[in-house]
Amino acid sequence: MTESGRAWLFGDNISTDLIFPGRYVHLLSNMPELVSHTLEDARADYAAGVKPGEFVVAGDNFGMGSSREQAPVIIRLSGARAIFAKSFARIFFRNAINVGLAAIEVDTDGIADGDALSVDFAAGILIDTDRGIERRFEPLPPIMTEILADGGLVEHIRKHGDFNL
Amino acid sequence: MPMTLAEKIISAKVGETVRPGQLVMVPVDQVFAHDLSGPLAITQLGNLGFAGFKNPERVRFFLDHASPTSTVAASNEHRAIRDFAEKWNVELSDVGEGICHQIMLERYARPGEIIIGGDSHTVTGGAVAALATGMGSTDVAIAMFLSRTWLKVPETMRFTLNGTLSRGVYPKDVMLHIIGAIGSGGATYRSMEFVGSAIDSWSVAERATLPNMSVEAGAKCGLCPSDEKTREYFAEQGRLDDYRPLAGDPDAPCRFDMTVDVGTLEPQVAMPHNVDRVVGISDPQVKGLRVHQVYIGTCTNGRIEDFREAAAILDGQKVAKGTRLIAMPGSRTVYMQGLEEGLWQTIVAAGGLINAPGCGACAGVQTGILGSGENCISTMNRNFKGRMGNPEAFIYLASPATCAASAIAGVITDPREVM
Repeated sequence: MTESGRAWLFGDNISTDLIFPGRYVHLLSNMPELVSHTLEDARADYAAGVKPGEFVVAGDNFGMGSSREQAPVIIRLSGARAIFAKSFARIFFRNAINVGLAAIEVDTDGIADGDALSVDFAAGILIDTDRGIERRFEPLPPIMTEILADGGLVEHIRKHGDFNL
Repeated sequence: MPMTLAEKIISAKVGETVRPGQLVMVPVDQVFAHDLSGPLAITQLGNLGFAGFKNPERVRFFLDHASPTSTVAASNEHRAIRDFAEKWNVELSDVGEGICHQIMLERYARPGEIIIGGDSHTVTGGAVAALATGMGSTDVAIAMFLSRTWLKVPETMRFTLNGTLSRGVYPKDVMLHIIGAIGSGGATYRSMEFVGSAIDSWSVAERATLPNMSVEAGAKCGLCPSDEKTREYFAEQGRLDDYRPLAGDPDAPCRFDMTVDVGTLEPQVAMPHNVDRVVGISDPQVKGLRVHQVYIGTCTNGRIEDFREAAAILDGQKVAKGTRLIAMPGSRTVYMQGLEEGLWQTIVAAGGLINAPGCGACAGVQTGILGSGENCISTMNRNFKGRMGNPEAFIYLASPATCAASAIAGVITDPREVM
């Protein structure tokens, strides 16, 4: 199945402090307000502009830093369908899958901000239709695909009673 | 087949020889969350249908990030965590006890254990050869719920540190140098294993800065051997029974090998806004740069040895006009020891101030948030934009000695000039 959406472009080393600034920690119990600050210190126009089904596109080491799980949570709640990056920080990657946000390692060079993307997650194909770029990526391992399909790790454990490795 | 320390620890836990890249289920020896990661972990436990811990003695909560609290929201979260811990009979480390990683090191982490913490600096436990790693609240909740988790066996990068540090140079400088060399994603998914004659000669307190900052290179864990120095540390902490020797095999194949002659290094500084932007202190980009705030403490350098270094430089000196010096002991134990040694008296007499043990301004929540356009030099582990609560401020990272010397001069200063 192919899904389409616009690219929101970010650079390398997008830290969890840029995604979810510590100064907003008092908003943890007010998710809608917190979501309105998603990625604010990296791109102030993102949270107000992103539409459901669009994609975050970045360079290397996306999500470096803290273990704060709200970082992928607010990106998912902001409407982003997935993050495409050249590489992810380990804890962020694990958190993203656990909260039901697809995090895909793929070469993002050449993709420009606002480009129309179409992606087939199962086949591992990302196409930038504005530039005629086609990139292949390794689909997620079965355990992660299953966690995502179940809607996150808690739902996965509730369904299977344990990790279904 | 020779094995790295990470492979050895995981193999012993799963009862078979594991290889890098393999996905394994592992038992979790200890698991903890703090006041920022705890509330969501508790919510997720509720969503899992939680009705009591299988192994309550393996579970802990720490109140350290807001310590003490400065907002109603944080105070209510603390209340909820306290109530939960009491209801389910698990240990709570309350406000003022200190930073979770420092307390885990002092009291709980043991060689060969697998420890999961709801904080990226959980890796600090590698200072006593525990495979300790940070995860998010959901993974933490499930580790609390099942006493198990899944891991990918990491590839190992071995760092052989030889030689003797020059005067004014510390393990913090060595770690900044390593991160500068391999980059902030240089160890992603991997284990950083620290060996060599320098490591052999350093105390656990000195070693701890390296695994603590391994996550700044993206690592899953940072590991030091458990040896005679570890035994000495456990003896000091009154828990000698927790000691056992454990080390990686010297001939184990590794993904990457790097040797550092630590004697050749000068003090190092990481520049904003990334930990891998590291230069020597003589570099004109940092030397003589005005600093508005100096912050000594955190899980990276909040141990008694760190404050001894800082106090020795501050003794009889005055903090520069226009510069604020904040010191924050890593734990109550460190605080008490500093009281006995008169370290806080020295720092306060020099014009500094002492905050209660905890994370403080390092998390950007309170007690030392920077003003726009201000520069801070700190012993902390991260200098990301916005880290200390203000994206318009600039954070430089260095050793306690460099921070203390800079506090006196009001500009970034080579500690060797004032020692």
